[in-house]
Amino acid sequence: MAQAAAVAKPPAPPRRRRASATPRRLPYLLIAPAALLMLGFIAYPVISVFYYSLQNYNPTKPWRNGFAGFDNFVHAFTDDPQFWDTLTFSAKWVFVEVGLQLLFGLALALIVNQTFVGRSLGRALVFSPWAVSGVLTSAIWVLLYNSQTGITRYLADAGIGEYGTSWLSDTSTVFPAAIVADLWRGVPFFAILILADLQSVSKDLYEAAEVDGASRIKQFWHITLPHLKDAIVLSTLLRAVWEFNNVDLLYTLTGGGPAGETTTLPLYIANTSVDAHNFGYASALTTVAFVILLFCSMVYLRLSKFGGGDK
Amino acid sequence: MITKEATEVTPVPVRVPGAPDRRPTRHRRAWDEAPRWQIYLPLGIYLVFTLVPFYWILLFALRPAGSTSLVPWPMTFEHFEKVWNERDFAVYFQNSVITGVATLLLTTGVALAGGYALARFDFRIKRGFMLALLCTQFVPGALLLVPLFQIFAELKMINSLGSVIIAETVFQLPLSMILISGFIRNVPYSLEEAAWVDGCNRLTAFRIVVLPLLRPGLIAVGSFAFVHAWNHFLFALMFLSDQTKQTIPVGLNTLMSADSVDLGALAAGGIIAAVPVVIVFAFIQKWLITGFSAGAVKG
Repeated sequence: MAQAAAVAKPPAPPRRRRASATPRRLPYLLIAPAALLMLGFIAYPVISVFYYSLQNYNPTKPWRNGFAGFDNFVHAFTDDPQFWDTLTFSAKWVFVEVGLQLLFGLALALIVNQTFVGRSLGRALVFSPWAVSGVLTSAIWVLLYNSQTGITRYLADAGIGEYGTSWLSDTSTVFPAAIVADLWRGVPFFAILILADLQSVSKDLYEAAEVDGASRIKQFWHITLPHLKDAIVLSTLLRAVWEFNNVDLLYTLTGGGPAGETTTLPLYIANTSVDAHNFGYASALTTVAFVILLFCSMVYLRLSKFGGGDK
Repeated sequence: MITKEATEVTPVPVRVPGAPDRRPTRHRRAWDEAPRWQIYLPLGIYLVFTLVPFYWILLFALRPAGSTSLVPWPMTFEHFEKVWNERDFAVYFQNSVITGVATLLLTTGVALAGGYALARFDFRIKRGFMLALLCTQFVPGALLLVPLFQIFAELKMINSLGSVIIAETVFQLPLSMILISGFIRNVPYSLEEAAWVDGCNRLTAFRIVVLPLLRPGLIAVGSFAFVHAWNHFLFALMFLSDQTKQTIPVGLNTLMSADSVDLGALAAGGIIAAVPVVIVFAFIQKWLITGFSAGAVKG
């Protein structure tokens, strides 16, 4: 058998085969595990969300379940003021949060990119909140903002403000309070990504600029910033999407309150599905959120001409 | 090894008659040499903002319940004992370690294979696959909870750490793969080809030539995966109903949402949650920055 096969097919010269290298199936084999995991645990759930968005689906009210067409969407856009409120708050949250993170993160990266005594310790310290994100950030800031033993108490002792106030339960202070808590761990993220990219700027460029007598501001504007552009565009986009989608922080910090003041759209969706069991409607809202994100991201990438410059 | 600093402290010029005028004109000042105060002042302010919350949680964890002192003295470890023993943090800790390490290994392994394919081959579905990877970034993980729950229920994986490990891995994969393929692209292909010529097969060439150069990148990606799995709580909250299967963030959330919040216990639990991640982070900090900077490889 083996011999017959060998006779029928003269073996190709092995060296040449290997040199020409690309076995056709290899790349597919290599991406198969990742592709399968993503098909099963992202693509399929996404599709089922689209499917449910056209259904009345509420496990606690099975008699009303069934095909609903676009009723869920119509309801969201025409008579659900909460949808609009949470959508506006989401936009405000993402805009302010990511803007400030970018500003401070860029500044921080530029500072710790310099050579100075104690640089590695300084870096480790200012970046450390990045590592303790999530629920822990909330836990820490819940302690800080606590009305009895939080920072307001000590401020009141010092004659600033009054006793017993909690910045998290007052509608006028909850937004900045939550923003600050989120900045605490968000700024290091930006700084790390930008710093990584800063390190690959060639020193020669700056030296050449020196020779030409360019000021540091000019160097920043004409060398550093253009070099960082792709990193900034990408990290801003990822962060914006992440801030939009993230429910951990606000869920555990404010619970969306006081009086729904800090409820983002995803938080509203989570409440609708997990607490109210209205899964059909929640799926419709998810679909809307997904489309909005996708649309905004595309517009953003187009406007910023991402990756246009190099390669 | 002559630094800019050294050139700047040239001694006061002594005028030698006849010598060319060597009065220092405008000094060459690279961008990385701002005046000291421009570094230390903003850094100091930012450091205060960073460290006060850390100090605060330490304060609550170490001072006796009911104390309002701003110094954690007399020091007590009652909160830690309570959280570790009575609030099951010993069990949560173990579960979190398992979840974190498994997610790290799975993510890095799968992303390494996929990343290699994306970096080194041209194949028909490559563009589509890349686009799919990017699109996953817009998928709100939290909002897929219900369908994911149904899937894991179908697979009889509810209440096993496996469900959380898979979910965390899947949501870490796209970005990890994009990053790793970027790192691999930075390793000159000619290095690999040279190894083939020397008789290595693809796998050996990869192991001997590429993998060592990828180390900073892999450490960065792996640590990201670990930290995310360690910190994230929604998946664990939803897929693990058994108390003894829970992870630390869920434990923290329980402490926070209790009717009367025990601030000391919350602080102690927070520190237990933070310590491993901070250690890992301090350790890999150097790798993290190089890992993300593209020019890590000398050609």
